[in-house]
Amino acid sequence: MVNYDIMKLAEIGREVRADIVRMTAAAGSGHPGGSLSAVELMTALYFGVMSHRPAEPKWPGRDRFILSKGHACPLLYSVMARAGYLPVAELTTLRKLDSCLQGHPSCLALPALEVSSGSLGQGLSITNGLALAAKLTGQGYRVYCLMGDGELQEGQVWEAAMSAAHYKLDNVCALVDYNGLQIDGDVENVMGLAPLAEKWRAFNWHAVEIDGHDYGQVLAAYDEAAATKGKPTAIIAKTVKGKGVSFMENAAGWHGKAPSGEELQRALDEIYGKGAR
Amino acid sequence: MGEKMLPTRDGYGHGLLTLGAANPKVVVLDADLAKSTRSDWFAAKFPERFFDMGIAEQDMIGTAAGLALGGLIPFATTYGVFVAGRAWDQIRTTVCYADLNVKIAGNHGGISVGADGATHQALEDIALMRVLPKMTVIVPCDAVEAKKATIAAAEIHGPCFLRFAREATPVLTDEGDLFAVGKANVLRAGTDATIIACGPIVHEALLAHAALKAKGINVRVLNMHTVKPLDEAAVLRAAAETGAIVTAEEHQLYGGLGGAVAEVLVRNKPVPVAMVGVRDTFGESGTPEELAVRYGLTARDIAAAVDEVLARKQG
Ligand SMILES: Cc1ncc(C[n+]2csc(CCOP(=O)(O)OP(=O)(O)O)c2C)c(N)n1
Ligand SMILES: [Mg+2]
Repeated sequence: MVNYDIMKLAEIGREVRADIVRMTAAAGSGHPGGSLSAVELMTALYFGVMSHRPAEPKWPGRDRFILSKGHACPLLYSVMARAGYLPVAELTTLRKLDSCLQGHPSCLALPALEVSSGSLGQGLSITNGLALAAKLTGQGYRVYCLMGDGELQEGQVWEAAMSAAHYKLDNVCALVDYNGLQIDGDVENVMGLAPLAEKWRAFNWHAVEIDGHDYGQVLAAYDEAAATKGKPTAIIAKTVKGKGVSFMENAAGWHGKAPSGEELQRALDEIYGKGAR
Repeated sequence: MGEKMLPTRDGYGHGLLTLGAANPKVVVLDADLAKSTRSDWFAAKFPERFFDMGIAEQDMIGTAAGLALGGLIPFATTYGVFVAGRAWDQIRTTVCYADLNVKIAGNHGGISVGADGATHQALEDIALMRVLPKMTVIVPCDAVEAKKATIAAAEIHGPCFLRFAREATPVLTDEGDLFAVGKANVLRAGTDATIIACGPIVHEALLAHAALKAKGINVRVLNMHTVKPLDEAAVLRAAAETGAIVTAEEHQLYGGLGGAVAEVLVRNKPVPVAMVGVRDTFGESGTPEELAVRYGLTARDIAAAVDEVLARKQG
């Protein structure tokens, strides 16, 4: 088991949460809810688990990350900025004309991204292709793919789930941000997914269920995925949409809405602890 | 002018409410975007006739096909990119090939989603839908017309694609104005050239008309709300009577209204044509206004295109 500095991760995660609310507030639109719910998953990935070189984004040996739920790009942009892929100051250009930080990820605007995304349900297939390429070309990189739970309603996800297991892609790790909400409300009310882990297992995946806000559990799940041979792993991370900002937590309305100036202040007070700044 | 501003998607919402009360066969499906598309208005009023299919556009179209086979009139609703793109084969082979009575609402058409960027900006939907046999394609210019188009879609048999926009745009038409599927409306008379437009950009065409008028140029403005079947007679009349055509749409130049008009003219009466639309590029993030300027979709661009065809007509 690799040793990780959880205190350090938590510190970075706090900055990432603050970035997310600042960026969306500056843009006047965007998706804070599903960005905040996956902060621990992504911070652990970029600052502990993945091998990558921010100064050399196209380093051939890098582990790959695919943001299938492209609307959560404030989170990805922030994590990438904090890791050194782009200046943190650029984050507040999100969604503005000529920004490299498009409203949904564009790999032409921001070449450090592996691919563009924003139409849900397509990322796992791309992930599988990259994983097959790694095996074919004898490279050891792993491929991670973050999906929303609502996103799992897309049929293509299950087509890809089938083929990842069929081709025994143990270098694939699917992350499900199981925050229980989509745009029209509770996932279980809109189009139920439960029992979710059983679905992945029935598709011949190794499935790990964790609390997605507990760095210890998140890191252990990534280690377990890496140690699992002969089949892909799905990490089903139970999360809270809007996590860390009380008025955004578990509220479908904060899926795609930017905080006002006053709400931003309240959010930052909560993230840093009031009076901390 | 103090024009009333409303998004055309609101017209869809109101149209569905009217249909819901008038016709128990009307049912509505959405793919997790009910609030944005305004189908939630229908859902609140007629919950037993509303089906949220989750984020599963292909399944939504297939289910709508089954509902149509069962004698109902389904309106399958989501953003234009996701329905016209993701579910195209289901629309083609399940719906159109069997001539099923499925209505499809593609919301957030054009660049009106602004900041969401290219992935959410439907700029190819008219082309994708227009090539399908049996399909009717309607692009209302304002919220009042959008309501009429929604109601009219339920009255015609067969597949019908309706395109709506996110942003509030000026209401140009009146409740009392005639709306007939397949019949263009002449909004301004003129003999020097004709602007043929569909969707909210019709408002820009009217502004171009006014600017040109101030220069002594009288252009006809046609609101071509039905892109398919195209009102070929109105197009040919415009060609014969004004001798030059400019098309305007919030869509790729390839395959859209401009292409449809050009197809008719080339076969029957070639006259100088200029097309205003997106020039073979994906969209990007920005405000709808910024993007309209960047992609040349403003009244100024339309007026400049008129100047261009006039020069060719005279030359
Ligand atoms: C194919 C497709 N259909 C619809 C949408 C619109 N959309 C964007 S986000 C979203 C809800 C996503 O819910 P979920 O996957 O649970 O994401 P999260 O809760 O993590 O934000 C929808 C319907 C889309 N981007 N792509
Ligand atoms: Mg969710």
